[in-house]
Amino acid sequence: MKPAAFEYSAPSTLDEALSLLGDYGGDAKLLAGGQSLVPTMNFRLAQPAALIDLNGIDDLFFIREDGSGLRCGAMTRQRSVERSALVQRVAPLLHEAMPHIAHSQIRNRGTIGGSLAHADPAAELPALAVALDARMYVRSVTDARWVAARDFYVGLFTTAMLPEEMLVEVAFPTLPPGSGWGFDEVARQHGNYALCGAAAVVCLDSGGAVENARLVFLSVGEGPVEAKRAAELLVGERPTQTAIRAAADTAAMHDIDPVGDIHAGPAFRRHLSRVIAERVLSKAIKKATEAGRH
Amino acid sequence: MSTRQFGRPIKRNEDPRLLTGRALFTDDVQLAGMLHVAFLRSDLAHARIRSIDVEGASRSPGVVAVYTAADLGEFWQPGPLLVPPPPVEKLAFHERTQVPLAKDKVRHAGEAVAMVVAESRYIAEDALDDIFVDYEPLDAVTGLEAALREDAPLVHEDLGHNVSARVTQTKGSWTQAESEADLVVRRRFLYDRGTAAALENRGIVASWDEKSQRLTIWDTTQAPIAIRNGLAAMLGLSEHQVRVIAPFIGGGFGPKIMMFYPEEVLLAWAALQLGRPLKWIEDREENFYATTQERGQVHDAAIALKSDGTILGVKDQFLHDAGAYAPYGLTLPISSQCTLLGPYVVPSYHSEFSSVFTNKPIVTPYRGAGRQHGVFVMERLLDIAAKELDIDLVEIRRRNFIPPDRFPYSNEIIFQDFTPLVYDSGNYEPALERALELISYREFIGTEQPRREEAGERVGIAVVNYIEGTGIGPYEGAKVTVEASGKVTVATGVGTQGQGHYTSFAQVVAEQIGVEVSDVHVVTGDTDLFYWGAGTFASRGAVVAGNAMHAAAAKVRAKILKLAGEKLEAAAEDLELLEGRVQVKGVPQTSISLGRLAAEANPMRGSVQPGTEPGLEATEYFGPERGATASGVHAMILKVDPETFLLEIEKYVVVHDCGTVINPLILDGQIQGGVAQGIGNAFYEQLHFDDNGALLNASLMDYLLPTASDVPNILSDHFVTPSPLNPLGVKGAGEAGAIPVGALFAQALDNAFRDIGLEVREIPLSPNRLFELVSEIPARETA
Repeated sequence: MKPAAFEYSAPSTLDEALSLLGDYGGDAKLLAGGQSLVPTMNFRLAQPAALIDLNGIDDLFFIREDGSGLRCGAMTRQRSVERSALVQRVAPLLHEAMPHIAHSQIRNRGTIGGSLAHADPAAELPALAVALDARMYVRSVTDARWVAARDFYVGLFTTAMLPEEMLVEVAFPTLPPGSGWGFDEVARQHGNYALCGAAAVVCLDSGGAVENARLVFLSVGEGPVEAKRAAELLVGERPTQTAIRAAADTAAMHDIDPVGDIHAGPAFRRHLSRVIAERVLSKAIKKATEAGRH
Repeated sequence: MSTRQFGRPIKRNEDPRLLTGRALFTDDVQLAGMLHVAFLRSDLAHARIRSIDVEGASRSPGVVAVYTAADLGEFWQPGPLLVPPPPVEKLAFHERTQVPLAKDKVRHAGEAVAMVVAESRYIAEDALDDIFVDYEPLDAVTGLEAALREDAPLVHEDLGHNVSARVTQTKGSWTQAESEADLVVRRRFLYDRGTAAALENRGIVASWDEKSQRLTIWDTTQAPIAIRNGLAAMLGLSEHQVRVIAPFIGGGFGPKIMMFYPEEVLLAWAALQLGRPLKWIEDREENFYATTQERGQVHDAAIALKSDGTILGVKDQFLHDAGAYAPYGLTLPISSQCTLLGPYVVPSYHSEFSSVFTNKPIVTPYRGAGRQHGVFVMERLLDIAAKELDIDLVEIRRRNFIPPDRFPYSNEIIFQDFTPLVYDSGNYEPALERALELISYREFIGTEQPRREEAGERVGIAVVNYIEGTGIGPYEGAKVTVEASGKVTVATGVGTQGQGHYTSFAQVVAEQIGVEVSDVHVVTGDTDLFYWGAGTFASRGAVVAGNAMHAAAAKVRAKILKLAGEKLEAAAEDLELLEGRVQVKGVPQTSISLGRLAAEANPMRGSVQPGTEPGLEATEYFGPERGATASGVHAMILKVDPETFLLEIEKYVVVHDCGTVINPLILDGQIQGGVAQGIGNAFYEQLHFDDNGALLNASLMDYLLPTASDVPNILSDHFVTPSPLNPLGVKGAGEAGAIPVGALFAQALDNAFRDIGLEVREIPLSPNRLFELVSEIPARETA
């Protein structure tokens, strides 16, 4: 379990990193926290010609607030996100979900951008990004663009980025007033990959009916899976337990098509999806209801 | 009053070194000019090797040598059969043992095909990519029943079938039991494979010294002496030319006493060929294929009982998965066969098994070593019978216990150590009562469970019994020496893998010599320091080596008293050994230190009495007549999340009887560790092979080991029924924690889901499997 030989560079500026990435033309890998990449290299499942180490680029480490919400540099450690009071205030769903990501040792090193860009279908951050309607700031030497999270994920371990592009920042908009949120997952052991997980964001109108709802699963498809039919079912409804249960049933039966693996067959994944959907929707609606009262 | 050292819960002598990283493990050995080894392993479970092209790899810079089977010449030999078949009538046995490198075909995924020696492990692994093997893929056989079909692919073609062995053992008449029974319960039970996953993988360093003509091997083995003897014979060296050192080892659990692993013989051989030291450290991925595994069995079992729950007989027919080769002979299935009978009076028993070859990694003993299966089958049969007869499942056990006045108790069949299965001693009912008390059985059943179920919870309780054949022969030895410093050294041949030998063995010796435990230095696992022995396995260290130490220490004690008596002009019976001194009882002023006495026993000038042996030293050996039978009860309260099928162990109780206890703290540690492995085996760990024999979860990302948060604190208590088979009265305890956990989980889950009639008949389980089992129940009812 030793990696194959590779070239290594450690740029100290973003421009330098982008230029290296362009020069290698897809043969290089960006090294962020290395929590997925390095094991993959040790198994020799990945044999990149070069690693471009981003850990020396200070500009990529930040958490700040702007007029529209929260902005995180791609190299911000997951542990920093977890412990940030700013994140807790501006993006509480993100804050609450962070401890579910692997183990604290992994979060100490793992980065928010690394996980978002790796696009592991079992990862929490991509699902959270979609649920929170996050936008990804992507750059190359020649281009810079913002991509909505729901357009960013295009398949298994695949994003909308071109080989010469790099995720440099992610922006989470502030939730509208009257919003509530919830996150939960089922893992066989805490810190392991989840068998199923989901994030929900629900906004109630002044009359207490659902104005907007988003339910996003992880670990049941090729990337974050948005349960659109379930959401449609809820919008305009009063969020009763019956309505929540119906939405969770729809999500599990119609919005996802899980495949089995050695830890959970398709039937169990559907079952868990229903359970988790009901739990996170209930949490989100409870919070939204409380928010509406203030 | 002298302080008793034996039986005290003292902390371990070895822990400061281990906990501060100052203990030598095999990978710590760094030698000048050392080369590194990597193995090319087959991706296919079953394939003919048409050709192997090593040209490219051989020419790579930094590569020193590449070997295939063809390069080994006469040295290429199948490994020895470690355990010949026991003397059981009408037994069929077909010996097929592992080979150093696959020659004509590969028989399991991960079997080594080529060996690369290079300047670094990185270069060696790079070179593996440059070796081209032309394989002709063959259909693989992975299932046990599939292996016995007429048209099954053959693991060993020359054999003409896949049967490694067939054995039948009987006692009494099953036919009669069946005809007299009020109830016969028949079920099929499954147990699947796991891996021991020791913290430290295997590793070997081999170094040939041309000038001294000696080969030194550092090896993560549980049996350094047997490795030395075998390697010397294979390499044409004298045993004195080979030194095997088993340094600190991060967990053995049985797979590290497989002999001989291909890597062991190949590194030794290549070190001689190349004249340079070699190192191979198994990585975690290799460990999933190249280290042996255990536990695949399928049982079709039946129990016959009277309506009051009295057992009349058991019939069991089972298949045992031997993997691709069977170097351990019949050890595992015989152990299952014998352990099944448990602590119960079973008047008739018919047990037959077939051990079958499959295209899966080799199977050898892993903590519990076949016992899990026997316990699972028997305990499950009793649980089901209790339900059918409407008898409390604790009561049905109590009614069938072997009464304390019937020991030694003969079960009339042959055990894995070739001796008749006779339990030396035991007293089962008090241990059961104590376990019920500790788990609050009646209170739980009577009030807590109904109350919590009313509130929508699912909680189950379980209580299971087991016996464990431990401490088998043949023998071990020990040499005890009092040095001129006054400190004591004791050397033995068994290796140590974390059991606390540096402390428990020291306690045995300190008790006799009258010194502090910290002043006894234990030397294990170095063949230059003790020549004879068998190894650490079958919960036998304390029993066999421990008694050898006791005997050697007693002899040294006698020498001390004799010499001190002469020096102090007192009779031996008037002397006492205390705090490193010998003194006339009650007269501390008339005393002599052990160090001084040791120096006097080794005079440098003058004359001695003819026949005098120098030094305060003695070597003794101990071999028991047969194994000692330990026993125990595990009990658990288990909470199940009815939506996610995740489990929480709320309470876990072990009441155990391993005879006299040397160190209760170490014993608790052994039990705790065993239970942790048992929990892993029951609910987390499973090796998933596909139909082609490929292992789907060869990493710790997908092979789940129980973590600290999955393993509860264990409430334990000990009963002492001394073994009459050895002077210390000890029985083994190394495997006790792991053995009954599968049976315990099954019973607890049945209990938690008793409203819908769940009946668990397999291990390991998982949330997914539990969901499936529960989901199947209504479907069956409506069918």
